[in-house]
Amino acid sequence: MSLFEYAPAPESRAVVDIASSYGLFIDGAFTEGAGGSLKTINPATEEALAEVAVADETDVDRAVAAARRAHERMWGPMPGAERAKYLYRIARLLAERSREFAVLETLDNGKPIRESRDVDVPLASAWFFYYAGWADKLDYAGYGPNPRPHGVVGQVIPWNFPLLMLAWKIAPALATGNTVVLKPAETTPLTALLFADLLQQAELPPGVVNIVTGAGPTGAAVVGHPGVDKVAFTGSTAVGKSIAKQIAGTRKHATLELGGKAANIVFADAPIDQAVEGIVNGIFFNQGQVCCAGSRVLVEEPLHDELVDRLKARLGTLRLGDPMDKNTDIGAINSARQLERITDLSAAGEAEGAVRWSADCAIPESGFWFPPTVFTQVSAAHRIAREEIFGPVLSVLTFRTPAEAVAKANNTPYGLSAGIWTEKGSRILWMADRLRAGVVWANTFNKFDPTSPFGGYKESGYGREGGRQGLGPYLVEGDVR
Amino acid sequence: MSTTASSGTVVRPWDRSAAQVAQDAAGLIGSAEISNTALRRYLFGLPGVDEVGAKARAAQLGTRSIKTTAKAWALDTIISMIDLTTLEGADTPGKVRSLVAKARTPEPGDPGCPRPAAVCVYNDMVSTAVEAVGSSGIHVAAVSTAFPSGRASLAVRLADTADAVAAGADEIDMVIDRGAFLAGDYLKVYEDIVAVREVCHQGERPAHLKVILETGELVTYDNVRRASWLSMLAGADFIKTSTGKVQPAATLPVTVVMLEAVRDFLAATGVQVGVKPAGGIRTSKDAIKFLVAVNEVAGERWLDPDFFRFGASTLLNDVLLQRQKLSTGAYSGPDYVTID
Repeated sequence: MSLFEYAPAPESRAVVDIASSYGLFIDGAFTEGAGGSLKTINPATEEALAEVAVADETDVDRAVAAARRAHERMWGPMPGAERAKYLYRIARLLAERSREFAVLETLDNGKPIRESRDVDVPLASAWFFYYAGWADKLDYAGYGPNPRPHGVVGQVIPWNFPLLMLAWKIAPALATGNTVVLKPAETTPLTALLFADLLQQAELPPGVVNIVTGAGPTGAAVVGHPGVDKVAFTGSTAVGKSIAKQIAGTRKHATLELGGKAANIVFADAPIDQAVEGIVNGIFFNQGQVCCAGSRVLVEEPLHDELVDRLKARLGTLRLGDPMDKNTDIGAINSARQLERITDLSAAGEAEGAVRWSADCAIPESGFWFPPTVFTQVSAAHRIAREEIFGPVLSVLTFRTPAEAVAKANNTPYGLSAGIWTEKGSRILWMADRLRAGVVWANTFNKFDPTSPFGGYKESGYGREGGRQGLGPYLVEGDVR
Repeated sequence: MSTTASSGTVVRPWDRSAAQVAQDAAGLIGSAEISNTALRRYLFGLPGVDEVGAKARAAQLGTRSIKTTAKAWALDTIISMIDLTTLEGADTPGKVRSLVAKARTPEPGDPGCPRPAAVCVYNDMVSTAVEAVGSSGIHVAAVSTAFPSGRASLAVRLADTADAVAAGADEIDMVIDRGAFLAGDYLKVYEDIVAVREVCHQGERPAHLKVILETGELVTYDNVRRASWLSMLAGADFIKTSTGKVQPAATLPVTVVMLEAVRDFLAATGVQVGVKPAGGIRTSKDAIKFLVAVNEVAGERWLDPDFFRFGASTLLNDVLLQRQKLSTGAYSGPDYVTID
């Protein structure tokens, strides 16, 4: 029992109504699905939240047809300034209904309400505001006069940031004049369905956005549908590769935002208290279920012991537990399957000789949980240093020189993000030039902004989302490669 | 430097002799002679503070939601940590007696209400305050050393301090020479503090020495960190943000940086120095954020009036209003707390 025991401060779930079952959102209305249904659960309690329809190929066919009609008759010919009005309206409604979305996101995903409230939902709204501004200025985006949309875009998004990834996908697609068929992840469909309700409130013309729920086969049906002109996917590298194979030889372009194994590089002259915060934010934000998570810390050898000591002391103050509690820092792992993968890889780390340390925190009895964990004495050959764990597990490695830090950071099939911690500005620039990663953060980590492009090198995928660059993949003139 | 407190017993800074202070300082800076060069080398070897990151950390601490039982505990703890302050040119014996009466009986209807730790007054009001606090246990703190600017000769500042100590002050709040600090004359700042500390220790029991950095004039967090360490090396019992006469005064990020410094100083020396944010903390809501920062940055060892204080004049009444709200369920109003 500590002196200053924070009393439970749960956010109320009364702000959101969860229906017992949900249909598919096609052509502006909720309809039955032909593929049966699946249950979505609260990963913190394993309580079933709702039944969600599963879209089969005939449902996807209806959705693509609706998107095609909307594109040809309505959304495509509409002036950009008119499209912008809808996007601004969506952005405002998201901000107005932010508590509802934050609560639902936390219930369905398991992430702490502090994060869904302060990060996911505000950023989702910001994404729509940002791309709304582009809708009538596409002539000036650098793709020549009057750049054209692809038409119908098929989008498949992951479970780690369900609403935010939806915003990353839908906002630029609509701003550029495309219409959308989107498939949310099977374990986190609810905020996408609430977003459909918001679209009705915004009176977005029917068919402009269609949301089809389901698992892998539904996603494959969206990606493979001959009526889809362009594919955008965020998720695992394995599925990304299969999508690239599936659409090879077709006219479809793809944007793939895949896995990562980011290095957070800490020099001995780093601002150490902020570096510790950055490492914590880099790997324990969203329980480490972040594609750009800083899962490898590369620390300059003289700083190693001090950094590990400070990190452990800091991890001792993280609060794991009920994601609905406003003081929770570490929520639940999204699914039993993901927990199993984290558990397996951590066991492999121990078996291969790395030293494991986990924060001492009480694990709730039901739900899927994993304590914040740090591995030291990790070598580049260990699986935990090479494979994406997608969980709250950090591997600490050391380096001697800046060149060695770059070599080790780049020594991965991935290349999504990297972090540099040093008080020396010239070294930041020298490092950033040499790191093969789509995003390089200096003295910060996991900062996202709609004006800044995000995407990967190598097996972390291709195409960029965010910023002016994020318009290109949704324009015929911008997607030439 | 390790962040875990050393296993030995924790030393209270005012229990150290001048020789022990000098020995601790020499050990840290790795030089028997405390010279400007040695101090400069040591202070510039401290890790930098990234401003954006420090502010982000403070903002995140500020999002903690402290409710019900936690809030009740926090409000009482805040009251017990307040240095109830009046620092005006217009201060009179009547005003000071009234301030002390408020400290003795903050909530007339509730004898269970804790008392502030101290009253904080100008030097010439010390004897009035000492007489008024009597045997209540409330300390009298004096702002000394030509407060608030400190722009007087060392002899004058020491005489000022000696005055307050002789009048019975339990605590001395001194200001550092910001001019010397900003000019890079760290030895001067160090020697000033050592000299004031010596005066504080001349009585039968030492007056606790709070060293005011005036962070609003130091401006950068790197300066705040260096000034914190310099003051602790010289023997500060407390490091205090501000005089309250310069804006910005006590901000949460500055206080977080100072809490990191005392935490690391304890790990390095076994000596636990206190922290006092002062100026600008007016509401319970703000004060609770500071308390959360104490808890999560320095650790619960600092949740103690001996090691954390709020320098404030209007905070107490807001805390009392919140306290009434917790017990009755309804907000009363400004007419239901006493003005001093």
